[in-house]
Amino acid sequence: MGIFDRHRHLIDTYRTMQEAGTDPLVTMERVLSPTEALINGRKTLLVGTNNYFGLTFDKECIAAAVEATRAEGTGTTGSRMLNGTYAEHAALEAELADFYGMKHCIVTTTGYQANLGIISTLVGDGDYLVIDADSHASIYDACKQTQATVIRFKHNDPASLEARLRRLKDEPGNKLVVVEGIYSMLGDTAPLKQLVDVTKRYGGYTMVDEAHSLGALGEHGRGLVEEVGVLDEVDFVVGTFSKTLGAVGGFCVSNHDGFEVLRVATRAYMFTASLPPSIVASVRAALRIVRRDGAKLRDRLWDNVATLYDGLAAAGFRLGPEHGPVVAVMMPDQMTTVAVWKALLDDGIYVNVAVPPATPGGLCLLRCSLSAAHSRAQLQHMVERLTAIGRRFGVVAMPQRKRAVAAG
Amino acid sequence: MRSAHKFKVYDFTDTVVSDPDSPAREQVIAEIVQRLEPFQVDSRSILGSTVITKDLNIDSLAVMDMVMELEDRFDISIPLNDVAEIHTVDELADAVLRKIGSR
Repeated sequence: MGIFDRHRHLIDTYRTMQEAGTDPLVTMERVLSPTEALINGRKTLLVGTNNYFGLTFDKECIAAAVEATRAEGTGTTGSRMLNGTYAEHAALEAELADFYGMKHCIVTTTGYQANLGIISTLVGDGDYLVIDADSHASIYDACKQTQATVIRFKHNDPASLEARLRRLKDEPGNKLVVVEGIYSMLGDTAPLKQLVDVTKRYGGYTMVDEAHSLGALGEHGRGLVEEVGVLDEVDFVVGTFSKTLGAVGGFCVSNHDGFEVLRVATRAYMFTASLPPSIVASVRAALRIVRRDGAKLRDRLWDNVATLYDGLAAAGFRLGPEHGPVVAVMMPDQMTTVAVWKALLDDGIYVNVAVPPATPGGLCLLRCSLSAAHSRAQLQHMVERLTAIGRRFGVVAMPQRKRAVAAG
Repeated sequence: MRSAHKFKVYDFTDTVVSDPDSPAREQVIAEIVQRLEPFQVDSRSILGSTVITKDLNIDSLAVMDMVMELEDRFDISIPLNDVAEIHTVDELADAVLRKIGSR
C-alpha cells in the first residue's frame, strides 16, 4: 500500500471532477478588487470570498500595511514568545480587548490556530469539551489535540446540549461549550441566548466563534454575542482577521483573570511565527474602520444579502434557513453541484462548492458569501444567471408567477 | 419496594418487553442495526462483525450522528474519543452497554 492510498476516495472523486472538466480548485490569476478577479482569463464576479466588508483593497488598510513594511520589515521571523512580539502586536491586542470590552486578548497567526490552540489548551485531561455537531474543522481538530473528553450535541439544539450537560453534571472536570455565531456552511445563526443559559445553569464555560459574524452582527459589529445581548455572559470570544478584517490571523478575548497563562501554554501560539507587521497594521486599520464606519458597511452588506437571498428564493432555490452574509444554495447531488458551479464560473461568477463531508447532513451546496463592496447590479446579475443555469439543470422549475409572501 | 409501587411495576412489565434501564445486548444491537440500515451495501445483512465505516456506505460524520442518537436513546455519553476506537457493530454495542452499566 502506497503512502497516498489511504486517500484513494479523494483521489477518485477529484479525478472524476477533473475528467468532467470541472476542477473546483481554481486559481485566481489576478484579483482586481474585493468583488472581481481574473479566473481562466476571464473577469469574474467574486461571490464566495468571505470579504464581508470588502476591506482587502481599502486605501487606509493598504497604506498602513505598506508603511509598516517599510518601517519594520516584511516579517517577524519569530514566534510571539521569542522575538515575534512587537509593540504593534500588543497594541492590536489592546484594541481588540477594548472593542469587546474585555480585559484580555491573545492574537494568533491564523483563525484556525486560535480555535485549535486555545480550545485544546483551555480543557485537558478530566475536562469535557462539548461542541455543536456542525462545528468548523478547526474546532474538530482541537478535539483531536486536547486530552479532554469530547461530546457533540445536535446542531443549534439547546435541549440536546442540556441533555448532554445533565449527563455530565456529576463529573468533576470543567465543561467548555463551543458554538459559532454564524455557521460557515448554511449561514445560520446559533440560538445563543438559550445555549448560554443552559451552559451557565450547568456551570459550564462558553466560547463563541464569531469568525463569520464579526462586523456583520451587533450594533457595533461585535457579532452575535452583541446582537443577542450575551457579551457579558460568555467566557471566550474567538474570531478571525481573514474575513471582515480583510487579512489573516485570529484572536481570542476574555474577561477571566488568568487568561494570559495561555501565552505560555498554547502550542499553536508558541511554536509558530507571529503575524508580519503589514498584517498587524492593516488589521488595526480595518478594526478602526469597523468601529467608525461599521453601521454603514453593515447596512450595505445586509442590503446585498437581501438582494441575493430574496432573488434566489423567488426563483425557487432552496436556501439556508435565514438571511446572512453566507447564503447556501442547496443542490440535489454532488455532480449537479459541480456542474452548476462550473456553468456559473463559465458565466463569470465565482462561488464555493461545498459537499460532504465538509457539509452537515450530507448536503451539497453552492456556498455564496456577500460583501458590502458588491453593487446591487452585480447581485441582480448573479440571481439572473444562476436562475437560468438552475433551470437548465432542472434544479429550479421553469418560470411561473411569483408566489405572494404569506402574511401572518 | 416493589409492593409500594405495585401498580407502576405491573403496568411497566405488562407493556415493555425488557427493562429500558438495563436493555439486553440483542436490543442494543437491534437499535444499532436499525440506524445503520439506510447505509447497507448490496442488501448484505448487518451483523455484529460488520465493520461500520468499511462494510457500509457511511461517512465518519454520519457515524458520529448515529452515536449521538444512541446517546439520547439510552441516556448515556459516548465521547468522540471512544468513537475513534469503535470499528464493528459488536464494539459499538459493547460501548453502549458499558456506558449503561456505569450510569
